[in-house]
Amino acid sequence: MTIQHEFPSKMERPDQQFTLVDATAVGEVQRRLPLAERLINQDFTRRAGIIVVLLLIWELYARWVDNPLLFPTFSDTLQVFIRDLADGTLLERTRTSLRPLLLGYIGGLGLAAILTSLAVSSRIGADILTTLTSMFNPLPAIAVLPLALIWFGLGTPSMVFVIIHSVLWAVSLSTLTGFRSVPETLRLSGRNFGLRGLRYIGQILIPAAFPAILAGLKIGWAFAWRTLVAAEMVFGVSSRSGGLGWYIFEARSELDTARVFAGLLTVIIIGLFVEAVIFRVVEARTVQKWGMQR
Amino acid sequence: MLSNPVVEVSNVTLQYKTPDHLVTATYRISCNVHKGDRYVILGPSGCGKSTLLKAVGGFIRPVTGTISVAGREVSEPGPDRMMVFQEFEQLMPWKSVLQNVTFPMLAAGKFSRADAREKALSAIEKVNLTKFKDVYPHMLSGGMKMRVAIARALAMEPDVLLMDEPFAALDALTRRKMQEELLSLWEQHRFTMLFVTHSIDEAIVVGSRILILSPHPGRVRAELDATKLGFADIGTRKFGELSHRIHGLLFEDVNSSTTLAASN
Repeated sequence: MTIQHEFPSKMERPDQQFTLVDATAVGEVQRRLPLAERLINQDFTRRAGIIVVLLLIWELYARWVDNPLLFPTFSDTLQVFIRDLADGTLLERTRTSLRPLLLGYIGGLGLAAILTSLAVSSRIGADILTTLTSMFNPLPAIAVLPLALIWFGLGTPSMVFVIIHSVLWAVSLSTLTGFRSVPETLRLSGRNFGLRGLRYIGQILIPAAFPAILAGLKIGWAFAWRTLVAAEMVFGVSSRSGGLGWYIFEARSELDTARVFAGLLTVIIIGLFVEAVIFRVVEARTVQKWGMQR
Repeated sequence: MLSNPVVEVSNVTLQYKTPDHLVTATYRISCNVHKGDRYVILGPSGCGKSTLLKAVGGFIRPVTGTISVAGREVSEPGPDRMMVFQEFEQLMPWKSVLQNVTFPMLAAGKFSRADAREKALSAIEKVNLTKFKDVYPHMLSGGMKMRVAIARALAMEPDVLLMDEPFAALDALTRRKMQEELLSLWEQHRFTMLFVTHSIDEAIVVGSRILILSPHPGRVRAELDATKLGFADIGTRKFGELSHRIHGLLFEDVNSSTTLAASN
C-alpha cells in the first residue's frame, strides 16, 4: 500500500532558524540535590529506616500483648542480648558456631568449583552435575543428619558434612546456570586469545558469570546458617560447648523467651552484616562497577 | 611476482550439526589471501561466509580440504588470527578499555607487561579513545566498543585480522565513519584482513579483493578486484558498474535471495 499525499502543496512550510533563548535563568546546569533527597537515594538509609520501623512495631505489639513468656518486648530482648554479649556467652557461642560454618561453606564452595569446572569442560561432566543436583538439592540437610551421625559421630565433622551438603548443590546450580548464560561471542573471544582449560574458566567464564556466582554464594551462605542452627539444636545437647543453635534451644527449655529472641537476633545481625557489608562491598567492586548489575 | 599467500584456503567443505540436521555450509571453497589484502567475503545470508571465517579462526574444522595461515595449518583458535565480531559483548565487561586491549597480549604471552601496555596505549590512541582508556565497556557507545575491539585485535599484530560483519550492528552514520577509520588504519599499517559482509557497497569500499559466494551451500562464484574503488567513488559510473555486476553474480539464478542488503 502506498501512502498518498493528498495536499502536497499544503505540506510545504518555510525553513526556520532561531537565535538561542537566554538560558541563564536556569542557574547551574548541574545542581546538587538537597541533602534529604541524597540521603533517601542511599540504599543504606532506606534499609536502616525499614529496620527501625520493624523494631518499633515489635516493641509496640509486645507491649500491647503484655506476655513476656510468649512475646518479649524488643527492649527486654536487647537487655538480655547486651548482658550475654558483655559476659562473653554470646561471643563464645558464635565462635563455636562459626568454625563448622566456615569449614562447611568453604568446603562446599571448593567442591562446587571442581564439579562445575568438570561440567563446563565436558558434556558427561555436565550430565553428572545436573543429575546429582536435581537428586540432592531437594534433600533437606536435616534429613542427612542421622546418616552423618552414623558416619562421623557427634561433633564438628558431622556438622561440616551437612553444611557442605546444603551449600554444594545450591552453589553448583547457580554457578552452572551462570556459566551457561555467558554470551557466545565472549566465549569465542576468549578461545581466540588462545585460552584453554583452567585459564579459560578462570579468566573468562568465572568473571563473565560473576553475577550468578555471587547470587549462588549468597544463597549458599544463607543455607549454611540454616543448616548449622538446625543441626546444633539436634545434637548440641551432648556436646559440651554448644553454638548459637544450642543457645536458643537451651533458652527455650528454660522458658527464657527473651533469650530465645536474643539468640535469633544474633543470627539475624550476623546475616545482616554479611549481606549488607561483605557482599555489598564485593558487589560494588565487581558486578556494579562492570555494569553487569544495577 | 606474488609472495606466498598469508591465508590459503584449499578445497574446504564445512559442515556443522544442529540437534536434527547436518548442515553443509560451504562446499569446496578455495581462495588465497595475500599480505596486505583487504579481502572481502561477500554473499547472501546462509552462504556460509561467517562459517568460513570461523574456520579460518580455528573454531570449526573443515570436513575436507585444508586452511593454513602463514604456512601453518589451522587446527585450533589462536591469537595469530585475531577476530573482531559483530556483537558488542566481545569486550570483557570486567576489564577497562586499556585492560581489554592488553588482555590477549598478556594471555598469549607474546609481549612483556610493559611492552603490552605501551603497544595498547598506542593502539588506543590510533582509534581516538585515549580519553576513555580507564573506562569500562558498559559506559561506551556501540561505535566506541567496536573501536576498542579493533584496537585490541591490531595491537596483537596478528598474521591476519578476521572481521565478521563488524559494522552490521551500528547505525548508518557510525558505520560509515568506522569504515573510513578502518581504511585509514589500513593505510598506516597495511595489515592483512579478511572481512565478511553482506553489503555490496561495504564490500567495494572496504575491500581490495572481493570473493563472491553462492548460497546453500556456499561455493565460489567469482573473485573480483576492487583496489581502486573507495569512498570517493561512490556514485561514480565505475562504482555503479561493479556494484551492478556483483548484484548480477549474486542474484543470477537465485531469485529468492531477497534477504541480501543491496545497500548500507
